[in-house]
Amino acid sequence: MRKASPGSVRRAFQPWNDPAAQPLVEFRAVTKRFGGVTAVADVSLSLYPREFFALLGPSGCGKTTLMRMLAGFETPDEGQILLDGVDITAVPPHLRPVNMMFQSYALFPHLSVADNIGYGLKREGLPRAEIDRRVAEMLALVKLDGLGKRRPDQLSGGQRQRVALARALAKRPKLLLLDEPMAALDRKLREATQFELMDIQSELGTTFMVVTHDQDEAMTMADRMAVMDHGRLVQIAPPDVIYEAPVSRHVAEFVGDINILKGRVESVNGDLVSVTTPLAGRVELDEEAPALSPGAPVLVGLRPEKIALSHDEPAQAANKVRGEIWDIGYLGDMTMVQVMIGGDDGQLLKVSLTNRSRRIERPFAWEDTVWLSWDVEAGLVLKP
Amino acid sequence: MTRLGPGLILALVAGFAFLYLPILALIAYSFNASRLVTVWGGFSTHWYGTLLANEPLLSAAWLSLRLAFVSATLATALGTLAALALARQGRFRGRLLFTGMALAPLVMPEVITGLSLLLLFVAADVERGFWTVTIAHATFGLGFACIVVQARLVGFDRSLEEAARDLGATPLVTFWTVTLPLIAPAVAAAWLLAFTLSLDDLVIASFTTGPGATTLPMRLYSAVRLGVSPEINAACTILIGFVATVVIAASLLLKRRQALGA
Amino acid sequence: MSGPVSPVKAPGRLVVAVPYLWLGLFFLAPFVMVLRIALSDAATALPPYAPHFEGLAALRDFLAGLDLENFGLIWEDPLYWQSYLYSLRIAALTTLIALAIGYPLAYAMASAPARWRAILLVLVILPFWTSFLIRVYAWIGILRPEGLLDMALAALGLSDQPLRLLNTETAVLIGMVYSYLPFMVLPLYATLEKLDRSLLEAAADLGATPLKAFLTVTLPLSLPGVLAGSALVFIPAIGEFVIPDLLGGPDTTMIGKVLWTEFFSNRDWPLASAVAVVLLVVLVLPLALLQRARLARAGEGGGAA
Repeated sequence: MRKASPGSVRRAFQPWNDPAAQPLVEFRAVTKRFGGVTAVADVSLSLYPREFFALLGPSGCGKTTLMRMLAGFETPDEGQILLDGVDITAVPPHLRPVNMMFQSYALFPHLSVADNIGYGLKREGLPRAEIDRRVAEMLALVKLDGLGKRRPDQLSGGQRQRVALARALAKRPKLLLLDEPMAALDRKLREATQFELMDIQSELGTTFMVVTHDQDEAMTMADRMAVMDHGRLVQIAPPDVIYEAPVSRHVAEFVGDINILKGRVESVNGDLVSVTTPLAGRVELDEEAPALSPGAPVLVGLRPEKIALSHDEPAQAANKVRGEIWDIGYLGDMTMVQVMIGGDDGQLLKVSLTNRSRRIERPFAWEDTVWLSWDVEAGLVLKP
Repeated sequence: MTRLGPGLILALVAGFAFLYLPILALIAYSFNASRLVTVWGGFSTHWYGTLLANEPLLSAAWLSLRLAFVSATLATALGTLAALALARQGRFRGRLLFTGMALAPLVMPEVITGLSLLLLFVAADVERGFWTVTIAHATFGLGFACIVVQARLVGFDRSLEEAARDLGATPLVTFWTVTLPLIAPAVAAAWLLAFTLSLDDLVIASFTTGPGATTLPMRLYSAVRLGVSPEINAACTILIGFVATVVIAASLLLKRRQALGA
Repeated sequence: MSGPVSPVKAPGRLVVAVPYLWLGLFFLAPFVMVLRIALSDAATALPPYAPHFEGLAALRDFLAGLDLENFGLIWEDPLYWQSYLYSLRIAALTTLIALAIGYPLAYAMASAPARWRAILLVLVILPFWTSFLIRVYAWIGILRPEGLLDMALAALGLSDQPLRLLNTETAVLIGMVYSYLPFMVLPLYATLEKLDRSLLEAAADLGATPLKAFLTVTLPLSLPGVLAGSALVFIPAIGEFVIPDLLGGPDTTMIGKVLWTEFFSNRDWPLASAVAVVLLVVLVLPLALLQRARLARAGEGGGAA
């Protein structure tokens, strides 16, 4: 792990680094196949109480299957699932203290909002008055007071999502599963809802597990996230670690944008690694305890926002390379510049520039010859 | 689709005239005072009066209604189960045979259905009458009910049932509180279809009935064979009125339910 | 993804078992019965068939008593195969005429403004809910000598001779088309209504005249509906009994009527059963075609998913 993790907000909460912490959920070598397809392959994973966990991956990677096994809708072919230390692998869904918010929300169209929220409480056999009280509490929690009598199809998409959340939380589950909770919302609403969801989670202290294909969503909300690919968990770590120290090229490319340069290790000097690249010359980077030997082929990963762009050759830069601007994409908050290095048959590198000024005329233009530079803290070494 | 041109309007008018003129003529002549169909003797409800005095026809009608009620209820219950089996049970042993048997009555000529059931009843030495026709009609209506309910189940969002299970409902409670309320319109439509099919059936009933259980279509059939009479027109008009009222009321009710939901 | 959770096993099994048992008892068993009796000899006793099942011990005797005599009779007597052929002819003609009337009707319905469509649809379905017998009976009043049709023609001065249509093939065809028209219109309407309007706009945009657009876009895309509607008319029409019986005459003997007569008038149950078996065999071909069309359509749908 890196020495310092910039941008960490909730670092005080790290039960996964505490050997004494008891996990709430444990997957033990769980495998699930559908016909000849292995949807989940030998997954072991622990979730801790009060954690906000995100499972990130492209569609078809097995993340939904993993979640459905936790809810009880699928049974693992191999392995065990434990909840609070109890094996729940064979427990049917209605007997699990786990609730789920469905991607489609799955609101019962023939029941009112209040009856939807109270559905699970009614199944518990709670007295009417208690159900009413809890439903009102839940409506207040998701800020839908007064809408209890409406039917689901009389609500907006955002309101429906809140009802689904309230319904899933009404039984006070130990664990709440959220299947693509923001998928049906438009972008503006999505951002506001993400923060609300985080507030609700910290208010209730319930453990949340979100399945999503949207990295922004996962990174905004999660304490810790797992990247899943082809049924396997590739990396489990806090979002900043996943972004700044991805374990593989696949993770690096799946989460955020990254430029990849091929090269060979030239020398290792303490934490300082020098890599020779055919296109960018010698690249120096700072890597904690690198297990690299000179001559080994490696990849150098460079996030676009960590590269600086200038017309004049920078005087004091650890790494620099010359290139020609091939494309400029103006995105409002920032500008994405594609720079060709190593001649016309070389490689395009993406550089993102924050637009700090309102000036429309921009300092760079197509076909400008420019210098790219970055310091030793910018690049990261990846196995080829 | 394109807009309605004059040709298409003609197709509509001609098509619906073909469908409705015979029925309208029949209804009109039930109010004819003259016994002769060729002569319009003025408006009269005379034939409805004689109809009310026609004891055998009335008792046949009563029998047919009871029969349709019981057999439609049986057919709907069994058809709904069959639809659930086909839509929900995935693969099970003998699924192909099951599908074939459930849906065969839809295409099976009624003469064959009737004949085969009669042979069974004779072989089993069952006294034929109300209950044998009921069983025959329930079997016949099962396939139709199954199709109607299955169509609804195909478009059914499975995650609704999963949500119920997730919130603590057993499979049975899930069925009663979520599945059944949501497929209720289809179940009602299935019942109505099975009811009318039973009320309408001549062939299967003729095979499977016994002495003392003559249904309305059987009575009408023997009367029709003797020729046209204003009395039959009156009987037909009442039947048409009855069925049309039920169907229109049912569709209005359904629409209102949907409107309430919307 | 396949294989969602199946409900707890016990109620799941019951859902299958109850209708399965019912169908086995009241559909499959009677069916086997028809086959068995078709292979027996006629007897005068009631029930009019022999031999009887008398325990497993008699099975050998029973099998020895089975023969194809009834089928031989059907083969030799031209009455039977002629009425089979005649049934096919009437069913085919009915299908063609119903298509000719039903297609424009369905097309017009699908082109109508959306708020009319629901009403038009109910109007097509409504006659189907009224009694079959009544619909046939209505035509007797129209077609019989000095019936409504003759009266109307005379009143219009078109013809003062009675047309004598009742008890002819024409009358049977009219009755059949009338009764089965909704079965043709409904699937046609369903496919035409779903047809994307922008396809025709695209055809027009690419230079097709309305007629060309219809022939090259609408018609091919509505073929599944044509096929389904035709099958829904053709298959039940073959076994029809009531219409040829009430509207037809001595030379319009369809197979359903033959079966009925053998059974009720001649009381020859084995022969009636043999007729039923052959009728089913005749039905297998169109049914197989229908199934293939359905599977092809299901395949198309599955490919998109």
